[in-house]
Amino acid sequence: MTTIEIHQKLQEAFGDAVGPLGEPKVDAFAVVKGDRIVEICAWLKKAPGIEIDFLQDLTAVDWPKRNVIEVVYHLFSFPHRHGIVLKVETDRANPVVHTVEGVWKAANWLEREVYDLFGVTFTGHPDLRRVMLPDDWVGHPLRKDYQEAGGFHGIPNLRENPLVELRRLDLVRIAEHLKANPPPPPPPPAPPPAAAPAAGTPPAPSTPPAAPQA
Amino acid sequence: MSKLVLRRVDRNNEEMLINFGPQHPSTHGVLNFLVETDGEVMRRAIPDIGYLHRSLEKIGEMVGYPGYMPYTDRIDYLAAMFANEGYAIAVEKLIKVEVPKRAQYLRAISCELNRIASHLVSVGTMATDIGAVTPLVYALRERELINDLLEALCGARLTYNYHRIGGVAFDMPAGWQEKVIAYLDRFDSSVQEWDRLITFNEIYKKRLGGVAVVSREQAIDYGLSGPNLRGSGVDWDLRRDAPYGAYPDFQFDIPVGRGWAGKVGDCFDRYYVRVQEMAQSSRIVRQALEKMPEGEITAKVPRKVKPEAGEVQSRIESARGEMAYYLVSDGTERAYRVRARTGSYMAMGIIEDISPGLMVADLVALIASLDVVAPETDR
Repeated sequence: MTTIEIHQKLQEAFGDAVGPLGEPKVDAFAVVKGDRIVEICAWLKKAPGIEIDFLQDLTAVDWPKRNVIEVVYHLFSFPHRHGIVLKVETDRANPVVHTVEGVWKAANWLEREVYDLFGVTFTGHPDLRRVMLPDDWVGHPLRKDYQEAGGFHGIPNLRENPLVELRRLDLVRIAEHLKANPPPPPPPPAPPPAAAPAAGTPPAPSTPPAAPQA
Repeated sequence: MSKLVLRRVDRNNEEMLINFGPQHPSTHGVLNFLVETDGEVMRRAIPDIGYLHRSLEKIGEMVGYPGYMPYTDRIDYLAAMFANEGYAIAVEKLIKVEVPKRAQYLRAISCELNRIASHLVSVGTMATDIGAVTPLVYALRERELINDLLEALCGARLTYNYHRIGGVAFDMPAGWQEKVIAYLDRFDSSVQEWDRLITFNEIYKKRLGGVAVVSREQAIDYGLSGPNLRGSGVDWDLRRDAPYGAYPDFQFDIPVGRGWAGKVGDCFDRYYVRVQEMAQSSRIVRQALEKMPEGEITAKVPRKVKPEAGEVQSRIESARGEMAYYLVSDGTERAYRVRARTGSYMAMGIIEDISPGLMVADLVALIASLDVVAPETDR
């Protein structure tokens, strides 16, 4: 079955809850209503002829301009070798989606990762903890507006440009070196030119010609 | 781990709560297991990962499309070619570039050599983990020679950065073809040597047979892929079933777990699928060298990669299972979102549910047979 046929069957079964299949610019996807995602997934897994048994990937994309976080489901079926991409849009300020862990166990860890890095809460998830970052980390780094905190438990993660410090040390070292080894005094100023020659004689050439050597 | 609710440990019997890792040699990198045991029997093992998290997905949003290629090496440093290839294929799909035939063949050769190297580390460390020390030395000896070959090809021994958007970076150096053939002749006999040394060793079979069985349904449900999925008896390989690159041109078999030492889907099946896959990779490399077409090694790719808005996913068969890059472009020179789905991460998810009832020593065999590596789980 092609993606278009699966999508048609989905729309027949769920009506308005399934949006149109996106314009296939590159890869097509369908946006579905967030409150019916579990129903839809369970139906896709059971429906004869579709039987999507593999949650290949589950991730999210943050769109601050539209004020939504998209949760993306890449679904695939081993017996029929077809698949479809579904998306759920959720509010950025309070992102909540129901978990599909009951449909595919693979969702357990994938949803934990999305919770950790995007801050999407999956209701009904049995073990919703941070996975990669420490539990007391502040913020969700893959959000577009994430600002790095200055440090973590007193360990700074921001530092000055080391080149600035190196250059300052260079100047200090040069100054110390000059203090220890003062440069030779500058050569005494050139003696003032000899008394002005008597008037009438032509001015001496600035560089007197070398005395002829024997 | 602060939010984790742990059962109170009863001090009157043999119950214990042990930290397994993060610096334990058999955890393959830096990862931690919190193990609840009752004597030698585990109640459960809870994986705690993230020690190697380097925010590679965030970095992908900060650098341009071509500039991200060296970072992909770091996603899985034991099999960096695959991370390169998956990313390159995703971007090529996005900007609609056709890769020249010769470049596709070079990609297949480099990837399959890398697959052999990666599986050698996997089976070698597995033997060490469960108590056979010698095989690792044999495995690393073979792997060193592959590293030499790949170094001659692309100048690096571990993080290759060899694939480019639209092709590969370098053509084969003069005389390389003969060196690879000579190596494969040697390698094919060393697989038999390996079987004599360890595979059909009675202790080894008893130690792994019937241990930590992952059924076919479980494997699919938990999203396992690659050798772990095939070890559970699912006949599925993206190289054959959703072919990409040059793979439709080659003949090769897909080894599937058959319960050689007990049940289908036990540790031994996962192990032996890998051993057989190495021999198949060697076959693919030979065919690719034989049929190697002439021509360009890179397609014409604009200097500034600026795809139209849209999203794309590429799926490839990595040494550790299915590697899928999901790219979202907003029409600028940098990706809006880069996501790498890796086999090890999914394999970690199953450990907590498989571990109850295993012996502590079997946890080591389970981790090793799933071939989880920390950089790939943490990214």
